[in-house]
Amino acid sequence: MIALRTIAAGVLAGAFLGLAMANGARSAAPGETLKDAAAFSAIADKHERSVALFSEAMKVIGHPRCVNCHPAGDRPTQGDDEHPHNPPVVRGPSDIGAAGLQCPACHMQRNTPVLGERIKSVPGDPQWHAAPIEMAWQGKTAAEICAQIKDKTRNGGRDLAQLHEHMATDHLVGWGWNPGAGRTPVPGTQKQFGDIIQAWIDTGAACPAN
Amino acid sequence: MTVSQSRRQFLQGAAGLVIGVHLPGAVAIAARAQGAPKQPALAPNAFIRIAPDNTVTILSKHIEFGQGPWTGLATLVAEELDADWSQIRVENAPGDVRYYANLFMGAQLTGGSTAIANSYMQMRRTGAAARAMLVQAAANEWGVPAAEISVADGQIAHAPSNRKSGFGAFAQAASRLPAPQDVTLKDPAQFKLIGTDLHKPDTAMKTNGKAIFTQDLHADGMVVAVVAHPPRFGARPVRFDDTQARKVSGYLKSAIIPQGVAVYAKSTWPAIKAREALTVEWDESGAFKKGVKAIEDEYRALAQKPGASAAQRGDAAGALQKSGEVVEQTYVFPYLAHAPMEPLDAVVRFDGTHCAMRFGSQGPTIDQMAVAAALGIPTQNVSIDVRLAGGSFGRRATAGGDFAIEAAMCAKAYGDAAPVKLVWTREDDIRGGFYRPFFVHRMRGAIGADGVPTAWSHTLVGQSIIAGTPFEAQMVKNGIDDTSVEGARDLPYRIANFQCDLHSPKQGVPVLWWRSVGHTHTAFATETFIDLLLEKAGKDPIDGRLALLDPASREAGVLRAVKELSAWKGRRAGDRAYGAAMHKSFNTYVAQVAEVMRDAEGLPKVTRVWVAVDCGVAVNPNIIRAQMESGVGYGLGHALYASLDLDDTGKVVQSNFDSYRSLRISEMPQVDVAIVKSQAPPTGVGEPGVPPLAPAVANAWRALTGVVATRLPFGQRSAA
Amino acid sequence: MRFSVNGEPVDVSVDPDTPLLWVIRDELKLTGTKFGCGIAQCGACTVHVDGMAQRSCVTPVSAVEGRAIVTIEAVSGKEADAVRAAWIAHDTPQCGYCQSGQIMSAVALLRENPSPDDKAIDEGMAGNICRCATYPRIRAAIHEAAKKLEG
Repeated sequence: MIALRTIAAGVLAGAFLGLAMANGARSAAPGETLKDAAAFSAIADKHERSVALFSEAMKVIGHPRCVNCHPAGDRPTQGDDEHPHNPPVVRGPSDIGAAGLQCPACHMQRNTPVLGERIKSVPGDPQWHAAPIEMAWQGKTAAEICAQIKDKTRNGGRDLAQLHEHMATDHLVGWGWNPGAGRTPVPGTQKQFGDIIQAWIDTGAACPAN
Repeated sequence: MTVSQSRRQFLQGAAGLVIGVHLPGAVAIAARAQGAPKQPALAPNAFIRIAPDNTVTILSKHIEFGQGPWTGLATLVAEELDADWSQIRVENAPGDVRYYANLFMGAQLTGGSTAIANSYMQMRRTGAAARAMLVQAAANEWGVPAAEISVADGQIAHAPSNRKSGFGAFAQAASRLPAPQDVTLKDPAQFKLIGTDLHKPDTAMKTNGKAIFTQDLHADGMVVAVVAHPPRFGARPVRFDDTQARKVSGYLKSAIIPQGVAVYAKSTWPAIKAREALTVEWDESGAFKKGVKAIEDEYRALAQKPGASAAQRGDAAGALQKSGEVVEQTYVFPYLAHAPMEPLDAVVRFDGTHCAMRFGSQGPTIDQMAVAAALGIPTQNVSIDVRLAGGSFGRRATAGGDFAIEAAMCAKAYGDAAPVKLVWTREDDIRGGFYRPFFVHRMRGAIGADGVPTAWSHTLVGQSIIAGTPFEAQMVKNGIDDTSVEGARDLPYRIANFQCDLHSPKQGVPVLWWRSVGHTHTAFATETFIDLLLEKAGKDPIDGRLALLDPASREAGVLRAVKELSAWKGRRAGDRAYGAAMHKSFNTYVAQVAEVMRDAEGLPKVTRVWVAVDCGVAVNPNIIRAQMESGVGYGLGHALYASLDLDDTGKVVQSNFDSYRSLRISEMPQVDVAIVKSQAPPTGVGEPGVPPLAPAVANAWRALTGVVATRLPFGQRSAA
Repeated sequence: MRFSVNGEPVDVSVDPDTPLLWVIRDELKLTGTKFGCGIAQCGACTVHVDGMAQRSCVTPVSAVEGRAIVTIEAVSGKEADAVRAAWIAHDTPQCGYCQSGQIMSAVALLRENPSPDDKAIDEGMAGNICRCATYPRIRAAIHEAAKKLEG
């Protein structure tokens, strides 16, 4: 009861948590490890291998560090339980917050340690912002996200090579592996993740069935 | 502006032209030494300073932390002084019970929404006395009869000789005159200032950074202290290791004090950082290690048994037994922190014999006595310069002077007679105890064939905020702490068989009055339960309540007023529901209607609240409206979001606003206020807006969803 | 570290991780900017950094090297004038402790959106807590300031 009430006292957490669970969105949980792309070479069928690679990539894509800023609504979420962001910020017209309360009001160029007892640092990055609404991942299945990130109208106009580059080298994506004190990083390394995405592309970028 | 400058200005002022500066009523002091008389001798000099430039400075015996006593008390003085509002300035009076006692309490203390109520006659008489002294001084100077002199809008005039002057020119002469022992007050029909929306004298300085709070004080050689507090209530520091802390630039030293380990640095950040780097060994043998889960189980069990009787009429137990259907609800209220915006703080200088304190002391008399006892010095050696405070909601007054003592101990342990500023962080504040106590209420009721409630049984279980304090002997009678049952034992509705009883178990969690005190929980239990009974009887919430009240009562008056204001049409309209509640606290009557809908996540969203208030004579309607708005916001944040929990080992779970959730602007409803016209003596408004809010919202939520909110806060998913 | 505060160049030598808040308050003795939570939850510490609202309690002083800081004591311009006047007209502050931060956020909001509706006000001001709940008057004052700026 205490744990539940704690979450709730944070910010009406259950609402989002319940939604995410019901839709079976997350295939990743904090604490998992990420396999190397090479680990999938034993799968003979190319399509199957591709699907397996994407499922592995979902450990990163579906991780709270990533999903929290790919919200399905106006508000990003926070924490491993993906509770609504507090203060109750909104994405705003350009996904960097509302007039008067933009992301950089609190999120600096890099993670900033704070001396609170629960929050250990405020995350930061020079490009800190929410993913555009068409890139929303929250509440979606792996199959849905897979189709979405290949769809140029919903992935920022990227072809697969650009998608790989984004995943493998983007600084804000890389924040997931360096999320600051008090936060679980996404599993593996950004290089490992990039290799998995490349191997997935090389095997036909297949998507899991629903 | 630094303190020393402010102090100098004060002294210059005092040495200059001050009404009655030479007559700080020996009479008044003598009178006060024999206890606080209801009607003290007039000492206008203690409350009013008039400068040569005609500015009139009112010394407010009640601390300003948002509820408007500066404006209210100054209005009362200015009214009878016939001053012009633009010439009025206000400052907090220093700690001195001889002049500045709350006349309802005999101590200098701001609380119980009594500022205006206890000052109404005193401040008017003070203003009238000062006016009389100015008039006499003018009469002497001009050689005309005092009776021919008039005063209006800050001008003293003698029409026959066409002479006119501001107050400043006669201030010095007036100060040499004896204060009149009797004065004539205005007929309310003549009021020019009372009853108008005067602007607050402290507004401008709160828009440009010039308002100086304790947190903002600096002094030469000042050291900043933060205290490493124990992880559980009742634990004691044994030893500390500051090896890592010593690496923090600006760190000075640490010292064990009874409250924990004081960490000293040249400024605030190094002190906070050094505390983080400090390791402390605690003796937890006396620590409180119970969680709220265990406390709730204990209280639920107790609630099944009758407690000490707080009120009884008829035979509630018998009537319930005979009733075919007993309606029963058990309510659970969490601990709550006050969390004023300015965390607790104080600047103290202790030279071994005298302790000079500057802080937002809500109860200077208590703080002076408590600090004197802790330091082993006479009470008169403790001075308090009362400062503006960034909110309180009750936290800045404790029966034992908790943080005043902590600040004094920090200064003593540092030594060198250095000024020490104690700063609490938000974590200290949320985890520091002195909470609104955890309560469980068990309600049982029965309805007669005509739909009228026939029996009402109310059992309360919760810590007494008075037990164990110096006020216990005076305030706890026959096992009943009135602050635990206020608002429950005096249920206003006519119910033939009624009982209210109380269990006051002890816990090691420090508890305290919290904005509206017992009414914070009693109003919720009584006003949701009566609403439920009325619904079961098929009655309208407002008309049903009115049927149980004397139509001439002020309770009925505010209910009718809120019905009209909200254009009440019943519990439901489309996607919205409406809930009503009425509650009297601190002799002020408030009824509210809340409009509630479901938000996108299915959680309660309060869109509008209508408030009707009867607080007697409305001294400043603008402030009354502001306090009703404030009460709605404070009540709503705690009704829906805030809970202060202890885990199963007795540790406080929440620590800051991330976890102890405060209401945000996006959650604030529109508030409309109607002030019921009244000639009754004025009563307070700082607290009474809070109690009806939560039950009004809960009643609307029940109308919308069928869910009875029995556990606060109820803004989470589980309540949907 | 060199930067400017309210138009004046400053050069402070403190640990680079020191939050800007404490440099402003303790070193520069500009106490209008308040400490409320220390973790960017309440907004009492809001200042403008190169014109944008920022929480000084989580801004390491090293992050503002070469930047222009403006605090409540000196915030100026037509938006600031309109906001202050409206705040006074509505007697918005109660205890007043959070109001420096509220005003700094309100000025930033109006500079970015000169005619905000209730929703835009709620979104732009959602990071500033007022325990006295002066929110209705904050809303009313921002509307009034916006109206003045229009006219």
